[in-house]
Amino acid sequence: MQELDTAGLGSVRVTRQSDTVVILEKDLATEQMVLAMGPQHPSTHGVLKLECLTDGEVITEAVPYLGYLHRCFEKCCENVDYPAVVPYTDRLDYLAGMNSEFAYAITVEKLLDIEIPRRVEFIRVIVAELNRIASHLVAIGTYGIDLGAFTPFLFCFRDREIILGLLEWASGARMLYNYIWIGGLACDVPADFLKRVKEFVTYFRPKAVELSELLTENEIFVKRTWGIGIMPADVAINYGWSGPMLRGSGVKWDLRRNDPYSIYPELDFKVPVPDGKDSVIGDCLSRHLVRAWEMVESLKIIEQCIDKMPSSEGFNPRSAIPKRIRPKAGEVYGRAENPRGELGFYLESDGKSTKPVRCKARSSCFVNLSAMKDLSKGQLIPDLVAIIGSIDIVLGEVDR
Amino acid sequence: MEEGKVISQLVQESAAAYSIIHEKFGSAISDFDANGTMPFFEVVDTSRWTEIALFMRDHPRLKFNYMACLSGVDYPAEGKLGIVCNFESLTHFHHKLAVKVKCARDGGSLQSVALVWHTANWHEREAYDMFGILFTGHPELKRILCPDDWVGYPLRKDYKVQDQYHGIKVPY
Repeated sequence: MQELDTAGLGSVRVTRQSDTVVILEKDLATEQMVLAMGPQHPSTHGVLKLECLTDGEVITEAVPYLGYLHRCFEKCCENVDYPAVVPYTDRLDYLAGMNSEFAYAITVEKLLDIEIPRRVEFIRVIVAELNRIASHLVAIGTYGIDLGAFTPFLFCFRDREIILGLLEWASGARMLYNYIWIGGLACDVPADFLKRVKEFVTYFRPKAVELSELLTENEIFVKRTWGIGIMPADVAINYGWSGPMLRGSGVKWDLRRNDPYSIYPELDFKVPVPDGKDSVIGDCLSRHLVRAWEMVESLKIIEQCIDKMPSSEGFNPRSAIPKRIRPKAGEVYGRAENPRGELGFYLESDGKSTKPVRCKARSSCFVNLSAMKDLSKGQLIPDLVAIIGSIDIVLGEVDR
Repeated sequence: MEEGKVISQLVQESAAAYSIIHEKFGSAISDFDANGTMPFFEVVDTSRWTEIALFMRDHPRLKFNYMACLSGVDYPAEGKLGIVCNFESLTHFHHKLAVKVKCARDGGSLQSVALVWHTANWHEREAYDMFGILFTGHPELKRILCPDDWVGYPLRKDYKVQDQYHGIKVPY
């Protein structure tokens, strides 16, 4: 039996028996099927439901349903004082608590217009960059698991554990730190902290190379991600993408460089964007590569911070913390570069209350995920898993 | 001191962008609020909001191609609801600008800009979900974070939570 080229014949399957052509199947009705992925699907990294309209293996539309993890963050903020919001911000992006706190703290400081001790800024940047590495390790490890590579996941979590240990030593908690406060820090870092961080940097450099050998140069991994889910740069900007997602589309945009805050202008680091040699610009592999490169840049930042840091002599991490936070009436939109993109806070103060009148968290994953409909159109079901993984969502931040 | 200079430069850039919009739309937009933390203007004639949005996105000297944030806000004292949008221009210019648009608290609606910036789609759905702001011309205006059959708009200042949801006691 041999199948003929049936192009132009519609849905017909024919076979040839000696000289005659026999029609096997004609006008087969292809039916659209609804496939619900999630809320309890491992590749959705949390509780996200995707309702996929499929035509065979091809997805015609994937509609995300959110809100399973909605904890009324914004409503809570309106009922507590400004400093009491900090622990809530940890629970937004729980893989990068330090970065979320950082973003919130600089937003309120912008509204209050206060000066921060220099050593505080350095410690903030060190812990934030450590947390960025930890977060990217989870992103990369779980992305590998989504695509069937188990070993990198274990390697990633082994190294992430060291970072969590360091941060726990500094703040007392593994993931939900409440360490970066408005105007300062909860406490100074322990005596030998910087030495240990330096040791970690030396330890992790070769591990990062090992990780890229395992994944980025892995034939199967590359085949699953190369050219999948391509997002052109202008559409990505229109969708409001930020962070590694936007840089994966070839836009050199990093808030640490383009809208500098804290001490980032003094530090020397690169903003890696794909050049189109190893990957198609804007595809899943590009986004993965950006994350892998960023970890190495973060190591550079940490090293520089340790070298430049002012000594702890006469240092009080709480010296600039205001006794009572009651900003003058006004609004502010502040943001920081989180591992997943731009985390912004819109705060409104009425000048009388010690509580924010309005506190909106502009979540990076929420915005990145909103492009799901466009990204998934015409993709195969297994590729959908690759696409969700490359967006690197944390549902705590999406649903808030 | 240096930081003060940087901030004032940002405000100047925003003011320059504002004057281009003001030249075109005149009294349809309010005066420029040159505060240091978030310079903004308000759209007075809300029926021209989409037109203003398109102008801001496409004008060669504005190019506000990136909507960083869209937040719904409740103004109970004025009897209004509103949105605050933060714009900036990625890769073209450095300027940033915020825009406020307000509508009546009861029965008011705003024009949707979801087709101008795709990112506004979900942000507007969230504003609808939390404040009950209706956006005309939105491709699929439905709740996004709360369940579809939730009663009330949680972030309104006068919100009272429902007693029961499908037989489950809500306030605890």
